[in-house]
Amino acid sequence: MEIIAQWGTVFVALALVFGLYMTWGIGANDVANAMGTSVGSGAVTVTQAIVIAAIFEFAGAFLAGGTVTATIRNGIIDATAMAGHPEQLVYGMLASLVAAGIWLMVASARGWPVSTTHSIVGAIVGFAVTGIGVDAVKWGKIGEIAASWLVSPLLGGFLAMLLMWSIRASILTAENPFQMAKRWGPVYVFLVGWIVSLVTLFKGLKHLDFHLTTSQSLLASTIIGVAVAGVGKHLIDRVRVDEAADRTFHYASVEKVFTPMMIFTACAMAFAHGSNDVANGIGPMAAVVSIIRHGGEVAQKANLPLWILVLGGVGIVVGLATMGYRVMQTIGTRITELTPSRGFCATLAAASTVVVASKTGLPVSTTHIAVGAVMGVGLARGIGALDLRVIGNIVASWLVTLPAGALLAALFFFVFRLIFG
Amino acid sequence: MKSTNPIAALFGRSPFKAMQKHMAIVAECVGEVPPLFEALIAGDQESVLRAKERIFEREQAADAVKNQVRIHLPRSLFLPVDRRDLLEVLDRQDAIADIAQDIAGMLVTRRMTVPENMQADLRALVRRSVDACSQAVTVINELDELVETGFRGPEATRVETMVETLTRTEDETDRLGIALVSALFAREDSMSPISVMLWYRLIQCIGDLADSAKTVGDRLLALIAR
Repeated sequence: MEIIAQWGTVFVALALVFGLYMTWGIGANDVANAMGTSVGSGAVTVTQAIVIAAIFEFAGAFLAGGTVTATIRNGIIDATAMAGHPEQLVYGMLASLVAAGIWLMVASARGWPVSTTHSIVGAIVGFAVTGIGVDAVKWGKIGEIAASWLVSPLLGGFLAMLLMWSIRASILTAENPFQMAKRWGPVYVFLVGWIVSLVTLFKGLKHLDFHLTTSQSLLASTIIGVAVAGVGKHLIDRVRVDEAADRTFHYASVEKVFTPMMIFTACAMAFAHGSNDVANGIGPMAAVVSIIRHGGEVAQKANLPLWILVLGGVGIVVGLATMGYRVMQTIGTRITELTPSRGFCATLAAASTVVVASKTGLPVSTTHIAVGAVMGVGLARGIGALDLRVIGNIVASWLVTLPAGALLAALFFFVFRLIFG
Repeated sequence: MKSTNPIAALFGRSPFKAMQKHMAIVAECVGEVPPLFEALIAGDQESVLRAKERIFEREQAADAVKNQVRIHLPRSLFLPVDRRDLLEVLDRQDAIADIAQDIAGMLVTRRMTVPENMQADLRALVRRSVDACSQAVTVINELDELVETGFRGPEATRVETMVETLTRTEDETDRLGIALVSALFAREDSMSPISVMLWYRLIQCIGDLADSAKTVGDRLLALIAR
């Protein structure tokens, strides 16, 4: 306890610095992956993507980021195992942040495939096993998380495939695809607003003390869906047939209808990403802050201070503005093959999968889910050419990132213990 | 920084645009065949040579694009169609340019004259064979639309109709070829045996242009049918 009393301010300061660094890294790298399908299909420019990301990452983190943060913070480690030694948990969480941050920096500088989620989860497990003991880890929860890493890209792919089939049947293979696109477009936009808000609002937002019954959440999300669809319809109605473009590619005008629709999926994706990935940075930070604030008591049910969520959102936006836009530009120029209709399917499927994971409190990889969703569109014979070697890279990122994060975290854990006693 | 960004790395180079580009070059190559024969009929050796040069140059350009498509089509690519079927279409496209080259080569290695009574039939055969090639180009131009619709629906039906037209044109060239051979047969005794032999081969080759164009269409139907 005296260690906490003596070094408390230092620990909080370190947690804030490391946590901000982590969220900055997320903004610099991950957000670009989440927005890549929107920028690549030409639906939004890089500048628009940054504005959308800034607003909706923040909203996602603030409105729906609490559950995953709770998982990272006290869902993986059994806090009762260290009730007498709160400083061990502080060292561990700080070590995890440093380990994941360094690993992400090294790996992305070398061009190795990485996942923020995998490195932070690997780091937390790593310090807990080596520093405290195998029993300190809630292996059941880890099993759940690992399963979600496998299931979520598959689910994203499956949803994307269904969407592609649906859009093909209702619009693309219809006799007059342009009119059908205009008719059904608002319905699909409704789906974007409805799914995201339903998942988010289902049973209310606990950390904001905002409670809803099932029917209330259904009603609220339907109202939001209709409102979003209204805006969508307004934008879709302005799309005109481009006869010159249709001569070289008969579906050019149809694709133009999907362009404004993709603005909504881009927002949904940024929201989803914010709701899941911001926790990687602020989860450990929140754990440290909570222990210090409670004078060393490891509070299991402590509320997440809102200012920490806000800080996480700020970190992401700064990362995006300083470095993320460049990654976004690179991705945007590389994936010109993705047309707006395909981008719409992939992005909506990915965003839906991620918000479901966020609501359940499962930290997933937005990037892997986005890859899964694009694959799903490809399986529906929707994309010219997909390079399957990426799957190998993703498996590699699993196999490499988890032990790397774990080893580094264990190392830093002992370093902190040496320094502070 | 190496880009192993998974989202960017996921997208391979789509072969369909390149296939259309290849076919456009093949069309330019075949487009020189009627001027070649007009020059031959007119006895204008200089123009024959000029047309031959153009045909050879376009054939090489087509080859270059073909190789590019093949290089960028590794087995790790996941395509909406069977990779082998697609390469088969590409080979058939390229065969058209090869045949045009053969024809041009034949006409310059040996000075040939067109007997008066064969000129009309020859013109007709050449025109319809080149028509068949143009129809194959139209069919291949639908590739990106087929990808867009997932090789299904009215677009697929439209392409099937186009291939039917192509098949009919090819049938017509068969009949025109036979007519031309008959005209040749009637004059056989008044021509040198070597000339007669070459003419038979030439008529065969012109027909092959249409034949290859038809197989391009057939192979494309195989892509749709998967």
